[in-house]
Amino acid sequence: MNAVAGLRRIGLPRLIVHLSVLLICIIWLIPTLGILVTSFRDPQQITSSGWWTAFSSASQTTASRLADPSAARQEGPNYVISGSVFEAGQDGTVRAFGTRVAAPAEFEAGQAADLGEGETLTINEDGSYIYTKNAPFEGERGRRVYLQVATPPTFTIQNYNTVLTAQGIGQAFVNSLTVAVPSTIIPILIAAFAAYALSWMEFPGRALIIAMVVGLIVVPLQMSLIPLLRLYNEIGAFFGVPSRSFAGIWLAHSAFGMPLAIYLLRNYIAGLPKEIIESARVDGASDFEIFLKIVLPLSFPALASFSIFQFLWTWNDLLVAMVFLGTNREQLVLTGALNALLGSMGGRWEILTASAFISILVPLLVFFGLQRYLVRGLLAGSVKGG
Amino acid sequence: MISQIVSAVGVVIAGVFACALYYWLSDKLLQIVFPVPKDNVRAASVNLNRRAVVRPWLFMGPALILLGVYLVYPVVATFILSFYDRSGGSFVGFANYRWAFFDGQFRQSIFNNILWLAVVPAACTFFGLIIAVLTDRIWWGNIAKSLVFMPMAISFVGASVIWKFIYEYRSGNETQIGLLNAIVSFFGGDPQVWIAMPFWNNFFLMVILIWIQTGFAMVILSAALRGIPEETIEAAVIDGANGWQIFWKIMVPQIWGTIAVVWTTITILVLKVFDIVLTMTNGQWNTMVLANLMFDWMFRGGGDSGRSAVIALVIMAAVTPIMIWNIRQANREMGGH
Repeated sequence: MNAVAGLRRIGLPRLIVHLSVLLICIIWLIPTLGILVTSFRDPQQITSSGWWTAFSSASQTTASRLADPSAARQEGPNYVISGSVFEAGQDGTVRAFGTRVAAPAEFEAGQAADLGEGETLTINEDGSYIYTKNAPFEGERGRRVYLQVATPPTFTIQNYNTVLTAQGIGQAFVNSLTVAVPSTIIPILIAAFAAYALSWMEFPGRALIIAMVVGLIVVPLQMSLIPLLRLYNEIGAFFGVPSRSFAGIWLAHSAFGMPLAIYLLRNYIAGLPKEIIESARVDGASDFEIFLKIVLPLSFPALASFSIFQFLWTWNDLLVAMVFLGTNREQLVLTGALNALLGSMGGRWEILTASAFISILVPLLVFFGLQRYLVRGLLAGSVKGG
Repeated sequence: MISQIVSAVGVVIAGVFACALYYWLSDKLLQIVFPVPKDNVRAASVNLNRRAVVRPWLFMGPALILLGVYLVYPVVATFILSFYDRSGGSFVGFANYRWAFFDGQFRQSIFNNILWLAVVPAACTFFGLIIAVLTDRIWWGNIAKSLVFMPMAISFVGASVIWKFIYEYRSGNETQIGLLNAIVSFFGGDPQVWIAMPFWNNFFLMVILIWIQTGFAMVILSAALRGIPEETIEAAVIDGANGWQIFWKIMVPQIWGTIAVVWTTITILVLKVFDIVLTMTNGQWNTMVLANLMFDWMFRGGGDSGRSAVIALVIMAAVTPIMIWNIRQANREMGGH
C-alpha cells in the first residue's frame, strides 16, 4: 500500500488514469480478439469485410438473374415477370440494385427503376421483384441484375473442423502435448535433486558449479544447435535410428531448461528452514528420504512456478522443434504447423486464425488458471536473483 | 493418434519412474558399497564420510551430464567449428570470420539486431513502468494487468499470425481487412504493405515483441514499486514535490536495480529473436537478424557449420558481459549468506 498510497497523494485526475488504462487494455486485447472473432467467421465474410464489422450485417455485392422471358404474364397492356432474386434458402436484405456491373447499387431497394424502353424494375428488400415492360419481353435468358445484399452476421465452427482434420492441426496438437509434457516433468525432477545437493550438501566445487549454472542460464540456444545437430546425426547413424525423435527433443528441452530450473529451485530450497532439515538428519533420515519427504513437498510453489515456465516455453518453442524434431508433417508441433501454414495458406485467414487460436488456447488456459504461480516464479527469477 | 497419446503418456510415466528409480537405486547402491557396521565404529564413520563425499555427485549426476552434453560441450565445439570449413572437416583459420566481416547480409543482420536492441528493451521497460504505475492506482488494476500480461503466454509464432493479420494488405479497391490498413484508409491514407517496407518493417516486427514483453516488465516493476518504503514518498510530499518529481526523483532511482534486471533480461531475449522474423518475413525485405541468419546458414545448401558457428559466437559475445555480471552478482549474494 505504501507506494500506492503515496501515488494517491500525488493526485493526478483519476478519470485520466482510468481512461488511459482502459485504452491500454483495449490496445493490448484487440490483436488477439481479432483472430478469435475471425476464426469463427465465414471465409467469404472474412475477405469481404473487416472482423470489427463481424457483429453488424455485412454488405456484399452479388449478381443474380431474373426469370426467363417465358415466365412473363400479361397484365393489361404490360408484361410482368415476378419472383425473388434470392435462391431458395438464401438469406439477406437487399439494400440496392443495378443492371450494370459498373453501377451495381444504382437504385435503392423498393424504388421503381426506369430502365428505358418502357421497362421498369422494382426489387424489394426481401428480394421479391416485379419487372414490367409495355411490350412482350424478348430474348431467351432472364436479365442479369446486380445486388447489394446485407447478410446477417453468421458464425461457424466449420473453420475449426477444417483445420483440426484436413490441415493436420489435430495431429500437431497431439505432437505438441507429446513434446511439452515430458519436457516439463523430466527436468523438474533432475533439477530438484541437483538443487538439493547444491543447497544442503557440502562438497568441494559447489560454488563453482553454482556459478556455472548461473552463467549457463543466459547462454544462447544458438550456441548449442550446430554441435548437437551433428551429434544427433552421428548417434542416429551409429545406432541406425532416426536422428530426429521425441526422445531427442525431450532431452534437449530438459537440458536447455536445466540451468534456470536448478537456479530457481536452489534459491528456494536453500531458503527452507535449517532446523527442519537438521532435525530430520538427527533422527537418522537419509538425504534421499529428507529430499523426498520434506524438501519436495515444501518446495511445491517453486516447482509449480518452474513447471509453468517450462511448459509454456516448450509448448511455444519453434526453434528447438525445427532442429531436433524436423519439419515432417507427422512430426510437426503446433508452432511448426502454424509456420508451415503461414507459408502455404498465406491469404486463407479462416485457416490461419483458427489454427493460431488452437495453438494459443492451452497456454492461455494455463496462464489464466495459474497466473499466481507464474508471477511468483518471475519475481523469484528476476528480483532476488539479479 | 490415440496410440500416440497412449505411448506419450506411457513414456511420461516410464520416464518419471526411471528418474526416480535412478535416485533410489543409487542411494541403495551407496549403502551397499559403503556399509555402516553397527559393531565397528571406526569403519562406520569412515564409510559414512565416504557416502557424504559421493552422494552429492549422485544427486547432481544427471543434471551435470545434461548440462555438459547440451550446453558446455556445444559452446566449446561451436568455437572450434568456427575455424573449420562448411562440413567441419578441414581447418580454415579465420576465413569464416573474414567472410562475416565482408558479408552484406551479415552486416544487415548486425545493424537490425542493434536496432532491435535499441528499441525493444527500452520500449518494454518504459511501457511496463507506465502501466505498472497507472494500474497500481485503480481498483480494477489487477484485471488490466492480467490483460497486458496475457501475451506472455502466447507463442511468438501465434503472435506473428495475430499481427500479420493486423498488417494484412489487400491491393487495389478491395476492402482492407487488416486493422492497420483499414485505419489508414479510414483517415484517407494509402494502404501499405507494411512488412515489405525496408527499414520501417523492422519496427513493425518489433511491435510484436514489445506487445509480448511489456507484461513481463510491468509485473516485475510493479512488484518493485510496491517495495518502495512509504517514508521516502511521504517525505517528498511534505517537502512539496509534485507527482512528476516524486516519480522521477524518488521512485525511479529506488527501483533502478530492478529496471536494470528487466532491461538485461529483455536484451538477452532480443539477441535471440528468431521466431518472429522467421514467420513474418523470413529475413526478406532487409529484416534479417543474427539468429535467423545463423539458422539459414545451418541448412542453406546442405549447411555451413563454420559460418553459422561464427554467427552464433557473435550472439554469444553479446551475451557474455551480462553473463559475467550475473555470475558476480550471484557470488556476492552467496558470500553474504
